[in-house]
Amino acid sequence: MTRTVSRPPRKDPLRKTREPVLPPATRSRAAHGITAAAAEGRFALQVCADCAAVLYPPRDACPSCLSVRLPFREADPCGTLLAETIVRASTEVYFRERLPWRIGTVRLDAGPVVVAHLHGDAREGGRVRLAQQLDRSGAAVMVALPGPDAPPMAEDPQLREMTCDPRFRRVLVTDGRTAVGQAMAAALSDAGAAIVFVGLSDPWKPFPGEAALRAVARVELVPLDVTDTWSVDRLAGQIGARIDIVVNTAEHIRAGGIAGRSGLTVAREEMDVRYFGLIRLAQAFGPVLRARGADGLNSAAAFVNLLSVHALMSWPAYGAHSAAEAACLSAAQCLRAELRAGGVKVVNVFFGPLETEWFEAVPPPKVAPSALARAVVDALSTGVEDVFVGDVADDIRARLAVNPKALERELGDQAAGA
Amino acid sequence: MMGRPTPRRASYDGVVACAPVTIPYRRYSTNSAHWWIGRALGELTRGAGLKPKDIDGLAVASFTLGPDTAIGLTQHLGLSPRWLDHVPMGGASGVVALRRAARAVQAGDADVVACVAADTNHVDSFRRTLSGFSRFAQDAVLPYGAGGPNASFALITRNYMNAYGATREDFGRLCVAQRDNALGFPHALMKRKLTLDAYLSARPIADPIHLFDCVMPCAGAEAFLVCRDDTAASLGLAGVRVLSTIERHNAYPEDPIQIRGGWAMDMDDLWAMAGVRPEAVDFVETYDDYPVISMMQLEDLGFCRKGEAPEFVRSHSLTNDGSFPHNTSGGQLSVGQAGAAGGFLGLVEALRQLTGTALGRQVKDARIGLVSGFGMINYDRGLASGAAVLAGAA
Repeated sequence: MTRTVSRPPRKDPLRKTREPVLPPATRSRAAHGITAAAAEGRFALQVCADCAAVLYPPRDACPSCLSVRLPFREADPCGTLLAETIVRASTEVYFRERLPWRIGTVRLDAGPVVVAHLHGDAREGGRVRLAQQLDRSGAAVMVALPGPDAPPMAEDPQLREMTCDPRFRRVLVTDGRTAVGQAMAAALSDAGAAIVFVGLSDPWKPFPGEAALRAVARVELVPLDVTDTWSVDRLAGQIGARIDIVVNTAEHIRAGGIAGRSGLTVAREEMDVRYFGLIRLAQAFGPVLRARGADGLNSAAAFVNLLSVHALMSWPAYGAHSAAEAACLSAAQCLRAELRAGGVKVVNVFFGPLETEWFEAVPPPKVAPSALARAVVDALSTGVEDVFVGDVADDIRARLAVNPKALERELGDQAAGA
Repeated sequence: MMGRPTPRRASYDGVVACAPVTIPYRRYSTNSAHWWIGRALGELTRGAGLKPKDIDGLAVASFTLGPDTAIGLTQHLGLSPRWLDHVPMGGASGVVALRRAARAVQAGDADVVACVAADTNHVDSFRRTLSGFSRFAQDAVLPYGAGGPNASFALITRNYMNAYGATREDFGRLCVAQRDNALGFPHALMKRKLTLDAYLSARPIADPIHLFDCVMPCAGAEAFLVCRDDTAASLGLAGVRVLSTIERHNAYPEDPIQIRGGWAMDMDDLWAMAGVRPEAVDFVETYDDYPVISMMQLEDLGFCRKGEAPEFVRSHSLTNDGSFPHNTSGGQLSVGQAGAAGGFLGLVEALRQLTGTALGRQVKDARIGLVSGFGMINYDRGLASGAAVLAGAA
């Protein structure tokens, strides 16, 4: 590749921080079919249910047969780059600040013609593979990659904008006491994060894995208790302006439902750690993340929520936990809208039962903490915002898409031992 | 319907276009589109010796008239027309307004149709017009950087150069000749001579498009009247006859990149109806928002074969005193692009040339002129095309 990203120099504190400005974000409702695919890293185009024509730009009626049945389907992303241009002047502030910018006309083998952002190695006349990505506005765009062996998008200066790649970035992992927190710190360090701050409540208390965590390169342990507003605010005051990615690993997982439990103690704890913890972190770190969304190569980029897939549908065996996770999901949707103005993504990572003590009695398949951590790094470096990790998460997602009522019944049957 | 032979199209006999009006363009204007339209209609009626109430037909083209359309204008301007048309077709709006008005007059639905196109240009209105231009542009072009048609035409130009071996010098010849024509035209915003060297060394906008391939957005208005020839005669107005017209939208959707326009579909019809051949034309006004699209018009309207426009511009002189007078007022590239008025500019200039009233350099013995329109980059290409063959007094 002719240009690759390299570690940015230390920021000159006297220079103005570039204000986050977004690329044009408005889309038709039909076009958000592509946003849905891009959010999960899929490639989908409208395929006419009546004549099978593959369509782009998104439409509400088929230009071949006038059918209005135009669902989005997985589609062949391969095509040929017919013509390219280097945009050197723009009426849009976002692009003016990032010129020159290469785009081109791609004819897909499936038929449609697509104007796309170009990877640095995509060449006129050559074969390309299109990807659908969320740009800084959170809406989908098409990106032409040189082929299946393209260097990662995050290494391309033009396309890194569409990822939240941890390389060169400074990350906060909010709880290092858990297996997931420790795996996350190691994975982010391996991915080239400039520094990984790892939060610890009561740092004087020893915990399993502590020695290994302290040994991870570029890890710095910091005091943080997400159930303590003062603790969260104090840490944000100290390092908030240096944090580019927040990964909330604070967890509180207990088996048990709603009616079967007695009293509110556990439910309160769940809500305090998970839901109020998320709110405390969002209030302390969100505004500065949003303000630093365009602050150079290592700009603020993402707020990552690790959510049980049962945030999407209650699993009565872990019913109160599911409810707390659902509250977190709703808060995350709100936070996503709030951070959008800064071009900062909220990444929701939905996981199935983990290979940890709190899911001990749950039969496999389960998700190893290291697999969850890898999935988070992958999500950040490819720029997706909704991720499903593990076979159970994939299963729930697939069943939810087909028949949510069946899923509700079946998860309930499981709890009743039927 | 299907299977039946196409009936011969009725002629436009008995109808003329007359009273060409241009309100001098300005780079920026604090006035509204309503103000520019009002000025144009005022000048049109005063010049023609009409009262505003004599206008019983009105065709309007404008991008910046919002939230109004033609209907709101009737009350705003105090007109009570019995025939009203809003023509939202940008660069094709002049030809489209002309052919619709001509049929209305011919059928007796209106006696005197005022055709007017105007746009204002506030400091940020060009960007705003672009950002609300079309759904496909919103979904599939605006998020890709240029914010306007520059990049779309860069890709079209690049593909044309690859296909037919056109060079930047070829496009430059066209732009330089138009600037020469503009130097005699008092309303042109570009007042300085353009050399080929200056053209070639201009700053790049979106490769291979450079500064002088692009039009300058501005404010302005153009207008003309369409009426019966006896009406024009009674008003003492020199009329221009309409020999033929064509119009086509979304032609050749199967072409992966636009390399021809709708004119190619209808060219034979255009010349057959006109009863003349392209060689009979004394001057040509193409729609020139970028030189590549003028090249396509020369090919698709039959002045040369497909792919031969580069050679055509090399072997002709395109100034008003040359072998092929082209865009005789300087075109949008030198006069400026006043939004939808850009779609009227060539037509209004042709009316002047054919009535011997050119504001700039008169083309000698101009009897027959061709005017072409092109517009609406909805996604990756211009959708609307149209053309008219016009003739001065026999």
